[in-house]
Amino acid sequence: MRFTTRSMLMALAGSTMLAGAAAAELSGELKIFLDTSNPAPRATMEKMIADFGALHPDLEISTTVIDREAYKTQIRNFLTADSPDVATWYAANRMTPYVNAGLFEDVSDLWAEPEIAENLASTKGAMTIDGKQWGVPYTYYQWGIYYRKDIYEELGLSEPATFDEMKSNCQVIIDSGRACYTIGSKFLWTAGGWFDYLNMRTNGFDFHMALAAGEVTWTDDRVRATFANWRELIDMGAYVENHQNYSWQEALPFMANGEAAAYLMGNFAVAPLREAGLDDDKLDFYQFPAINPDVELAEDAPTDTFHIPANATNKEAAREFLRYVVSADVQTEINNGANLGQLPVNASASVDDDKFLNEGFAMLSSNSPGGVAQFFDRDYPAEMAAEAMQGLQEFMVFPDNLDDILNRLDKVQARVYK
Amino acid sequence: MPTSPAVPDTMPPPRSWYKRNEIAVTPWLFLAPAILFFAFYVIWPIYQSIVISFYDWDGLGEARFIGMENYVELMDDSAFEVSLWNNLKWLLFYLLAIPGGLFIALFLNQTVTGIRIYKSLFFFPFVLSQVVVGLVFSWFYLPNEGLLNGVLGLVGLGPVNVLGDPTMATYGIIAAGLWPQTAYCMILYLTGLNAVDPEQIEAGRLDNAKGWKMLWYIIIPQLKPATFIAFVVTIIGALRSFDLISIMTNGGPFGQTRVLSFYMFEKALSEYGFRMGYGAAIAVVLFLIMLIFIAYFLWSMWSEERGR
Repeated sequence: MRFTTRSMLMALAGSTMLAGAAAAELSGELKIFLDTSNPAPRATMEKMIADFGALHPDLEISTTVIDREAYKTQIRNFLTADSPDVATWYAANRMTPYVNAGLFEDVSDLWAEPEIAENLASTKGAMTIDGKQWGVPYTYYQWGIYYRKDIYEELGLSEPATFDEMKSNCQVIIDSGRACYTIGSKFLWTAGGWFDYLNMRTNGFDFHMALAAGEVTWTDDRVRATFANWRELIDMGAYVENHQNYSWQEALPFMANGEAAAYLMGNFAVAPLREAGLDDDKLDFYQFPAINPDVELAEDAPTDTFHIPANATNKEAAREFLRYVVSADVQTEINNGANLGQLPVNASASVDDDKFLNEGFAMLSSNSPGGVAQFFDRDYPAEMAAEAMQGLQEFMVFPDNLDDILNRLDKVQARVYK
Repeated sequence: MPTSPAVPDTMPPPRSWYKRNEIAVTPWLFLAPAILFFAFYVIWPIYQSIVISFYDWDGLGEARFIGMENYVELMDDSAFEVSLWNNLKWLLFYLLAIPGGLFIALFLNQTVTGIRIYKSLFFFPFVLSQVVVGLVFSWFYLPNEGLLNGVLGLVGLGPVNVLGDPTMATYGIIAAGLWPQTAYCMILYLTGLNAVDPEQIEAGRLDNAKGWKMLWYIIIPQLKPATFIAFVVTIIGALRSFDLISIMTNGGPFGQTRVLSFYMFEKALSEYGFRMGYGAAIAVVLFLIMLIFIAYFLWSMWSEERGR
């Protein structure tokens, strides 16, 4: 094991030495701040950094891991005051405040290098603001519907490909005394996932992004059509009751116990579901079915990223670290099932042989012609996302309040995008 | 000629400025650290909040002066209105902790064997962290598994989803807050009851005072200082309510359990917030409400002093 890692590192040392002599002379201090506070990602990151350090013995690397939730508020302080050289964050709109405040370094030069330009092309859009790139992605993961294969088999159901099939499946599940979908909307963002999919399937990716950009009002008839589709599911009792009380983790047992048959979630739900006893015979995955046959399928695939703060002191070493993180071999290694268990961003990297990663990779690379969105709270400006997700939660519990909710969102939209 | 003056020199050597003003200056010297800290940590931040509330600022970039716009927006903000009403509910219902604390204290003031054990049990909620209280009550209220619905089910009442129902959630949280707050008031009253004058009670007995009359005319007037403190801490506790809301509902469902302090946090510092100016405007409103009570407390303390 040790040997293979080593040989991989050696191979890497050869391949990443594109910058050649300059890279070998890296010295000084490199401060890295991470939000990967859960045990598995933390170990993955620490090992990767240690490997990078082994390539650059003169570089003194210090790593600080901050709790993921706390990181979201602390980043504002450390970017302005005591800046690290490299920091993790998220793509798309979530980085806008820091780009606008001039706190992230423009790394367009890295994206101009052929190796990155070719292999990371798929995520370039999510990293671009004002025609420049502000960081590099290190991992992403698919969203989709995870379902209880055994329940579907028991009821004689198959993976739905259209909305009608989805609804008729759901009716059978309800008649068997279960809920079709579990969801915990206490922290709101899970409802954002449902809206993303329903809106992208009803009106398409471009419309969804136009709404995110504030070019369409929430009271628009097309948005109403999305809510009308959603309401069909709500009215038939597709969701578990009292979901406003639960976090996404607290909603997992409904599925593990068989009280609900499916969960629209990111791939990170697989690990806890497996721990809850659902092996690959019981747990399966399908792409959110088409609703409007005229729109192309589009997907949510949130991307996590590395950035160089504008106030960093060792930007040369930081750039080399970013090159290292996105290189094909490192991407393969850190995203495999034993580590992050997610999808590598580099097109030349290989996906670990895991049922869900394979399905997700196939879906994102060949069956999302419409486009790949980040996620509701990353594509929409923070303030709009906060208000909207609260409205979505309210709609899921009191669908009759729709007009009130949409008017409210119009008002917020008028202020946020002015 | 003798060079020495005829009268002995009684003029003392010139004294320093401090020595001459010692009586007037010394109290201020002792007060100086407190005044400095109060100015630096209380007055200055209040001033800053007021200033920031006139700006549009995300905490990072340039602050833009917008005058009263934040306040104008507040007047038209339904979430702010909800928070304000909820603050009012907290103020009103939190006061139940005072009579509650008094009656538990009277109960625990009996001389019965083993009363110390009961006493320490009643102290318990006060020692618990608010976060723990919040968690315990969230489980208690859970719609399917919770103890509350278990008990309600036994007497044939339907399941209620206290924290998931926007009309009930705030009351549910206040009830959770009342638990430690009642314990706090009880402690205050237990101390107060120790100081009740036994001779007055004796005199009351001779005049045939019993039960309610004894309580109302003899005991409660003597507990006035304890009641005052209980009132102060309860009012301030109600206005500061934050942790329970954050733990139990996170402001939801649909933002119906927010209070001003929570809404301020959401707007200024939470994951999707960072409208510092707007948050500061909410803080100023909350400060003005508190100012009413602070003024009342100061006034009543001052009239107490003068009455002596």
